[in-house]
This record gives sequence, C-alpha cells and structure tokens, in this order.
Amino acid sequence: MDKTIAQATVSVDQEGYLTDFSQWNKEIGTEIAKEQGIEMTDKHWEIIDFIQDKFKNEEPLSIRGIKKSGVINIKEFYALFPGGPLKKATMIAGIPKPKSCI
Amino acid sequence: MSDTKVKKMLFILSKATLENVYAAFVMANGARMEGIESEIFFTFFGLEAIQKKKLEHLHVATVGNPAMHMPTMLGGLPGVEALASNMMKKEMDKLDMPPVGEFLEILSDSGCKLWACKLAVDMFHLEEKDLIDDLDGILTIGDFYSRADQDGTQLLFI
Repeated sequence: MDKTIAQATVSVDQEGYLTDFSQWNKEIGTEIAKEQGIEMTDKHWEIIDFIQDKFKNEEPLSIRGIKKSGVINIKEFYALFPGGPLKKATMIAGIPKPKSCI
Repeated sequence: MSDTKVKKMLFILSKATLENVYAAFVMANGARMEGIESEIFFTFFGLEAIQKKKLEHLHVATVGNPAMHMPTMLGGLPGVEALASNMMKKEMDKLDMPPVGEFLEILSDSGCKLWACKLAVDMFHLEEKDLIDDLDGILTIGDFYSRADQDGTQLLFI
C-alpha cells in the first residue's frame, strides 16, 4: 500500500516497512524514526548506514552481527533504538524486517 | 516498553542439555528484540549453563531422546554424545548462533537479567566466583516470584 512520508509517496507493507529501498531517503528515515519516537542523531545514522550496507551486500542481520559490527555495542544499540532495536532500525533504514530468530 | 500484551517473559531453565539451553536463550533474546523484558532463572542442572568451567562443554542428550533417531544403546556408547554435540554446534554456527558464553554476553548486554537459584547453588556447593561475571545475582524462588508480580508477565519452565 502507498503511504505519504516526508512529502513523498512510498509503498510500505502492513507493518510500515518500505517495500522498495530505492524510494528511501534520509528525510523519510527521519520521519519514520519520529513515528517510532526516535530523534535521529549522527550515531543513529552511523548504524543505519551499517545496516543498509549489510542489506545491499545481502548479508543477513542479527544481533550477533551488531555485536561484531565495530560501529556500536549491543547496550548502546538498545539505548538508541528502545523497544525492539533491530525492528525499529530496519524500518527507519527502509529495508525489510529481519527474518532471523537471532 | 513494547505495545504487546506480553510485557515480560520469565524463564526457568532447569536443564543443561544444549537443546534446552538454546531454547531458553533464543526465546529470551527474541523477547528483548521485540521490546519485551526478559529474565532467566537458572536452577538445578540449568546452573551448568552459567558455570564458567562448564558452559562451553554442554551436550545434547543422545540417550532417552527419541528425536535423535538413534538406538538408545548406541547413544550411550563413549564419545557418541560428544560427537552429536559437536555436529549440532557446527550446524548452529552456520546459522550464526553464538556459542553459550557469547550468547550469555549478548543476553546480558541486551538487558536480559540472569539469576541463579539459591537453593541449587547451595546444593551443588557453588560459590559466586564459579558463576559468570554477568550474573545479576542469586535469588530465592520468592525473590523470583516478586519479579513476576506485574501485569503482562509470563513464566515458562524449561
């Protein structure tokens, strides 16, 4: 379905994840973050960059991958994206929700 | 805080076979990933999973486990349990499942509370130094129940 975010029309799934990453831009990310109650900072964007790179390289995302990322540790990750960090970060990043159980 | 009806998951882990330990860990971690609080109470043999010297040497049960599809007598032969355990650990590694020690670190960093059961600690003559550094404390069952005393809390015995 279509949704207007930051003056742009994008297609999203039922949960609100963008279904086409090419439609994503930083303004859209900032707007989705606001809906999730998150005010984006440079540190937030650093993580978004990291997970978008993973997505582009078709590498699966997991909490273990975050631990090994070198960008952030797990404690900070939970603090920056409270209440389901990987779920929220992927939504802001405009990529699909991770399917992994870890 | 999550929008889900389940707000907090409390796990009681009473066994130290790999399949049970990982079930508890995956579910406790999964809860945190969904924004749900989670805690694990290690009791009886479950304590092996938080003993520094033992946690990397846990095994799958090859005897009395029909799902292994292995005759019970074969499962009891020396080395068979270790072999099956190594095979399983390799498969888990392929799925990016962390080893027990690293998984405990991830859980602790994710805000999952890790508790040891006081009665079991006393029974096995363990001391705090035998247990992982990330342990949040040693509790009585009464203490543990008081941690369950809020709306939306679920308890699970593994």
